[in-house]
Amino acid sequence: MGIKLTERPQAQASGMETLEFKGTALSDEEFKGGKVVTVSGAPNAQYGWDAGVAIGRFLHELKEGRLIGTFCRSCNRIMVPPRMFCEWCFRNTDEWAPLKDTGVVNTFSLCYVTWDMKRLKEPEMPAVIEIDGASPGMGIMHLLGEVDPKKVQIGMKVRAVWKPADEREGAITDIKYFKPM
Amino acid sequence: MGYRKVAVVGAGMTKFVRRSLETGKELSFEASHMALESCQLTLDQIQSVVFGSAPDAFDGVHMKGEYISDGAGAFRKPYMRSYVGGGTGVFTPIQGWWHVASGMFDTCLVVCEEKMSPCQPHPQGAFLTIFDHTTERPLGPNLLWIFALEMNRYMHRHGITEQDIAQVAVKNKKNALDHPCAQIGREVSIDDVMNSEVLAWPVKRLDISPVSDGACAIVLASEEVAKRITDKPVWFEGVGWNLETAYWTNRDLYYPKQVEYAARMAYEMAGIREPRKEINIVEPYDPFDYKELHHLEGLLLCDKGKAPELTRSGVTARNGDMPVCPSGGLLGVGNPIAAAGLMKICELFWQLRGEAGKRQVPGSPRRGLAQAWGDLMQVGTVVVLGR
Repeated sequence: MGIKLTERPQAQASGMETLEFKGTALSDEEFKGGKVVTVSGAPNAQYGWDAGVAIGRFLHELKEGRLIGTFCRSCNRIMVPPRMFCEWCFRNTDEWAPLKDTGVVNTFSLCYVTWDMKRLKEPEMPAVIEIDGASPGMGIMHLLGEVDPKKVQIGMKVRAVWKPADEREGAITDIKYFKPM
Repeated sequence: MGYRKVAVVGAGMTKFVRRSLETGKELSFEASHMALESCQLTLDQIQSVVFGSAPDAFDGVHMKGEYISDGAGAFRKPYMRSYVGGGTGVFTPIQGWWHVASGMFDTCLVVCEEKMSPCQPHPQGAFLTIFDHTTERPLGPNLLWIFALEMNRYMHRHGITEQDIAQVAVKNKKNALDHPCAQIGREVSIDDVMNSEVLAWPVKRLDISPVSDGACAIVLASEEVAKRITDKPVWFEGVGWNLETAYWTNRDLYYPKQVEYAARMAYEMAGIREPRKEINIVEPYDPFDYKELHHLEGLLLCDKGKAPELTRSGVTARNGDMPVCPSGGLLGVGNPIAAAGLMKICELFWQLRGEAGKRQVPGSPRRGLAQAWGDLMQVGTVVVLGR
């Protein structure tokens, strides 16, 4: 492809100091106090997600108070969350694999803010929990509870605290949280 | 391999600010216009345009890449928007690279824009749907969680302290004092970081980059055209990108393998065998202070768990042996997601040409690396530039 280039009339800018950067900062006051015009809107989007083949069964098992994974014979992994195909071997998984409702804290946080930066008095304690019965390193995200935040540690053994059977609905929240064993 | 040499020949950016008066389209125009002026090209000499911007949900505009395109000079041109989460700002120039390297075009304008401020009450809201809708979102996660979980795992695995990590925030915010576009350049101490509000332990307020609006642009040209445009072309020597599995709770978060794979791809292309000796300036992705360390390790620029020592001993200072984030990084200059990544490429461009002003690293650096990262700790994007 041809491109027309004219001779350069002068050498290029020689450094930062000669450059002019654009962009106009607005203060919070200017934005919220109506000093600049803004228009607001709230798009309304609602969804009904299908749980799918593997997670659908996972949810049914949660309702029964059990955790379940899937096994891939090719890479020999017992995986949780379960999947109907192995992403490593790219083939269907072979079997369902019942798991325990205990595990080990792989990592955790003590979170003192909500997503919109409102302060929480008591921290939420999200964690990745490696589930017993699954292959090493196979964790799920969940919450910790019934534990002093100062005492939470990586490597801590934990057990699921389930909702009463008649309150379970086939959701990840059928486990209220995991507590130290 | 059968691709052509590609150079960066011009760069431009806007100031990074918490909330800009300018719209995303206007910010894009300012950065694009500045980039074109810097190499004295006009829009009719631009044969293709690529554009990077993070989720449409920030703006509440469906297909914002197309909506903003006029500000990127894309009118009646081959145009393509990319979005790979936080990795976008270093991925978009890779996309521009193959537009030219392939022989399809002799010039390409690469524009990255982000305006996070419209999203109310907090742009984090736009990120919440990254979590699995069935197995994670019912737990009420917020985006800080994944960073806190990753940081804690990294600290635990290597016995790294919060103070070790705070050094990065101190360094980068100070470096940003010399950047004319910086949003939060300032002098802070390790104690200031340690005493700042705990958000999601171990993450504290000063461990994190701010929410920002801003845009950056660069101009790419094929070898023959670049040499006619400028005496100081900055060449693409290597590019790499890689994506990890979305099953993030099944991976050990202490180490970013996807970054290593992306880096290896770029090093192989650049013929780099000993990156620690052959890379002179590094602009790794630093939305959180620990990420700079995490990424230096993933980039194979130090041993696993040893990045804090590099910071402590001054190796990564602007006048150190391997300056890291001499720009001030996302922690200091600001973090308009896609634009923040391209800011790092702009920094390398100015540094390698000796045009970085007060930020200029000593010793006429020959080669620099920029890297970005994103999604559920999934993507790694790497560009190596040299002169």
